[in-house]
Amino acid sequence: MPPKIQIQRVGKSFGAADRATPALGEIDLDVAEREFVCLLGPSGCGKSTLLNIVAGFLGPTTGIVLVDGRPVQGPAPDRGVVFQEYALFPWLTVSGNVEFGPLLQSRPAAERRGTVERYLNLVGLSGHADKFPVQLSGGMKQRVAIARALANNPSVILMDEPFGALDAQTREVLQDELSRIQRVEHKTILFVTHSIREAVYLADRVVVMTSAPGQIKQIFPVKLPEVRDRFAPEFTQYEADITRIVREEVAKVRE
Amino acid sequence: MASFLSTMPELMDAGLRGARLPRGRSLALRLGAIAAFLALWSLLSGAVVVLRLFNPIFLPGPWLVLGNVLDMAVRGQLWVHLAATLERVALGFGTGAALGVGLGLAAGHLKPVRYVVEPLVEMLRPIPPLAVLPMFIVWVGIGETSKVGFITYATFFPIFLTTVTGVRQIDPLLLRAAQSLGARGVGLFARVILPAALPDILTGLRLGVALAFFVIVISEFIGAEHGLGYLINDGRNFFLVPQMLGAAVVLGLLGYAGNALVRLLERRLNRWQHPA
Amino acid sequence: MSGAAARAVPMLGALAAWAVVAHGNAWLGIVNPVLLPTPLEVGRAGLDLAASGELIRHFLTSLGRVAQGFGLAAVAALGLGLLVAMCVPLRLMIEPVIEFVRPIPPLAFLPMFLVWFGLGEASKIAFIGYTTFFPMFVAIAAGVLRVDVVLLRAAASLGASRADLVRRVVLPAALPGIVVALRVGFGLALFVIVGAEFMGADAGLGHLIMEGRTFFNPAQIVVGALVLGLLGSLINTLLLATERRLIRWRPEA
Repeated sequence: MPPKIQIQRVGKSFGAADRATPALGEIDLDVAEREFVCLLGPSGCGKSTLLNIVAGFLGPTTGIVLVDGRPVQGPAPDRGVVFQEYALFPWLTVSGNVEFGPLLQSRPAAERRGTVERYLNLVGLSGHADKFPVQLSGGMKQRVAIARALANNPSVILMDEPFGALDAQTREVLQDELSRIQRVEHKTILFVTHSIREAVYLADRVVVMTSAPGQIKQIFPVKLPEVRDRFAPEFTQYEADITRIVREEVAKVRE
Repeated sequence: MASFLSTMPELMDAGLRGARLPRGRSLALRLGAIAAFLALWSLLSGAVVVLRLFNPIFLPGPWLVLGNVLDMAVRGQLWVHLAATLERVALGFGTGAALGVGLGLAAGHLKPVRYVVEPLVEMLRPIPPLAVLPMFIVWVGIGETSKVGFITYATFFPIFLTTVTGVRQIDPLLLRAAQSLGARGVGLFARVILPAALPDILTGLRLGVALAFFVIVISEFIGAEHGLGYLINDGRNFFLVPQMLGAAVVLGLLGYAGNALVRLLERRLNRWQHPA
Repeated sequence: MSGAAARAVPMLGALAAWAVVAHGNAWLGIVNPVLLPTPLEVGRAGLDLAASGELIRHFLTSLGRVAQGFGLAAVAALGLGLLVAMCVPLRLMIEPVIEFVRPIPPLAFLPMFLVWFGLGEASKIAFIGYTTFFPMFVAIAAGVLRVDVVLLRAAASLGASRADLVRRVVLPAALPGIVVALRVGFGLALFVIVGAEFMGADAGLGHLIMEGRTFFNPAQIVVGALVLGLLGSLINTLLLATERRLIRWRPEA
């Protein structure tokens, strides 16, 4: 089966031709269907830029991204996105937000209602359908964002440090939630984070990136069971191995 | 959707604002826009003459306006009127600011003062200051006093209100910290309350300056023999449109300068807010 | 209930202070009592004007001019504001011109409007339209431009086309800003209508006030000013309430 996402020699520089700052070196990466891949690296290594390119918000300076074998030319519903800042539409209720994608596709109202119900159930927010985002906590908002992305039935889901704005406890709760949802939905996920712990908890593979201009330093396949124990020795071993590699890169940024 | 509206990639990249233009191009565009505006104006006034659309005195070209202004400047007339307007604004604003800041600080800091002054202010606030101008004229006649008094009245309110807000919105934590370091009474006031309220006070002053220029014109329409407002209204009698427009532009420049001055003061006094 | 009461008490206090000063002055003879009308005298003058129908006539005239001028300006400001916010080259060209015209006080153009449109209704309406157009236009354009990129991106990755973006993201997101702009514009219209009616008018609250000056009738001036103040207050409260209802969802800044 061909890879779901094919990132081929993708590079990105910002600014005018003669004074361009390279943000991303040449990246080659494949993500298989149903795989959960984490992009991990120090600040400014370009991992968010790479995600934005896959999402279609930015164009690459070099290279190409293929999703389902088709080149990416801009944002589209086959690539759902979950943002760090939630990006919920404040004038719509929770159900209004979740049904936004189906609404754009002119799906009938009854079908939309069913979709909203299903996904709100999945993220554990059934009773909050008529609330406005301003009435929700950070964790709840992000769950709505996840439901919204899933409700549109995308081919892949891209997540840009989605739990970065949450406190430590809520963060772990949502990691558990995401892990559980993934066991149900089996989506292809590309997930950006700077937390090693989070990456080991969620990913099938962890891609460690170098500092700017970002390139792939090392890829760690994570051979842990589907339901992971954060305190198991194998888990901690992965954390230690990855930490060592990441520390090398962080030290370079500090110089 | 028309294609000259932002495209999708542009919207995705930089939103509705669009990407920032480099300095040089941005400046060129601004100058170009103003030049285009003047060119369009000239074209329209020319078209009025050529096509005999209506009496050309209603739409003189920009060169006529400029010529009129320069002419009056050379003959010395412009300065007389400009000085008259400036004097009224300066006196009126100065008095209004002094009263506004003085009473504002007192009212913000001392409850009894506030309980006396605030009801009066609240009652007068919804009434447009312009409505009060005739009252001033009735009280003190049509001369300078009524004009300056009116400007004082108009500028008092925004300055008073922002000063009170500035004083009252000081973080109580700051006050407690200062007091635990030994600050009391006058010292506390001068060293903590005043500097903390300064940004709001300056904002009020900026609003006051704008308001002063906003309302000076109308008071110079009625019973004045000097001033830019007088020039504008006087032009009505003989359809001296270039004079009317010219005086208006000069007034605009004055207002802009006044605003810029307060902004400069703001930047110097508020350096701690924006150290960069 | 407490909110209204809290505002009524200072008002009553001010009213009492006014009565004290005015009656005290009349009794002590410090200033010509005509110049400092008591609340009773003002009330009587007001009732006289109301009874003769004059007050209503002037009130409606002013309101009519404001409504028409503001209405025209609002429609223009909305249309152009949206257009300019969504067309970058247009915005970059118009911005400098607006910066150029903005410092000139609108009242400075009042005589121009009288010259152009004569002394009738048209000049007042056009003047109100001109005065309120610029601030509303600028504020609406700013409100639209403030729409967060991330919302556009979120909608696009859910399948929105450019038309969808405008209809379903830009407009709802900009709505609070638009409503505020309209409220401020209306307030500005009420502010300047008085001045516009001082000259070259034979009806309207501004004219009523000016007449009070001409015939040395300060009580009439106060009546006019108070009615204006009341009108402004009322409309402002109404618009604020509408604003609050429309944007219950507004995120904390």
